[in-house]
Amino acid sequence: MHELGIANSVLEAVREEIRRHPGAVPRKVGLAVGELAGVDPDCLQFNFQALTRGTEWEGLRLEILWRPRRHRCPACGSEFDIVDYNFACPSCGETRTECVSGDELELKYLEVEQP
Amino acid sequence: MTRVPLEKKVLSENDRIARRLRERFRAHGVLCLNLISSPGAGKTSLLERTLEGFAPEERVAVLTGDIQTDNDARRLARYGFPVRQITTGGTCHLEAAMIERALEGWGSEAVDLLFIENVGNLVCPASYDLGEAAKIVLLSVTEGDDKPLKYPAIFFRSALLVLNKVDLLPYVPFDVAAVRQNARRINPAIEILEVSCTTGEGLEGWRRWLALQREAVRKQAELGATLA
Repeated sequence: MHELGIANSVLEAVREEIRRHPGAVPRKVGLAVGELAGVDPDCLQFNFQALTRGTEWEGLRLEILWRPRRHRCPACGSEFDIVDYNFACPSCGETRTECVSGDELELKYLEVEQP
Repeated sequence: MTRVPLEKKVLSENDRIARRLRERFRAHGVLCLNLISSPGAGKTSLLERTLEGFAPEERVAVLTGDIQTDNDARRLARYGFPVRQITTGGTCHLEAAMIERALEGWGSEAVDLLFIENVGNLVCPASYDLGEAAKIVLLSVTEGDDKPLKYPAIFFRSALLVLNKVDLLPYVPFDVAAVRQNARRINPAIEILEVSCTTGEGLEGWRRWLALQREAVRKQAELGATLA
């Protein structure tokens, strides 16, 4: 249910960024959403569209870049995506690996049409 | 078309306020704990049992969040410690700015343990840092033992899982071993306590856990004072 607030925060960030590009029209915003971020991508997309429809932001698309949980092996240093909660390192078999990403909620890019 | 790279957290404004709160809690040696669960898992009951065990001179306070009513604040105020209700009026979680506002004019120097009881919801509160030292997730045995897998974000971010209502285990098909395993699949480091706020079973372990955290914060504050 907090996806509406998050959609609004994304829009605010776009608004702030676009001020640095006078005359440019924002077309697409890229948002990285980790599987541990507690955000439902469909719900976020729906809210974003509801928020922009019929406004000056109508032509702006939201691209959600889904990020799986990723671990790092302290023994051999390899990094790998987690599938089915199997945390063991696929390279050396170490079982105590550390989560390095998968909980992000970050803006990655903004595509703009230059005047 | 030009692509402008951005590196910005979406909830950066909330995070900024949360950092300010965390700094303030640290400076005053306050242990702040954020209690999260679905509605009815027993957050208020756990706080009631916790408060009733404290001597009147303990420096403890509670902020309790709900969408409507101040029922919880009234329940908790009976124990004589400062309690403030945050009524969100529809918002499904607490945000750092609400905490900051609620603490206004409430010298947090006078407190060394602050409980925040979040709005009953296992999803949204996970995304909002409130400046707490730790998130605590409560789960009751009348819910499913697969909850950690269904709501991974909150179990991933919590330091402690309190499994409540264990007195009801004989009557419900809840597998404690399974919930432990599921919680650790999401967060291998999560600590787990089994309690019943009705019978008092396991509350000793909870009080011990609290005492350890308070001791750690106190030592940290002392160390900070020595270095300064």
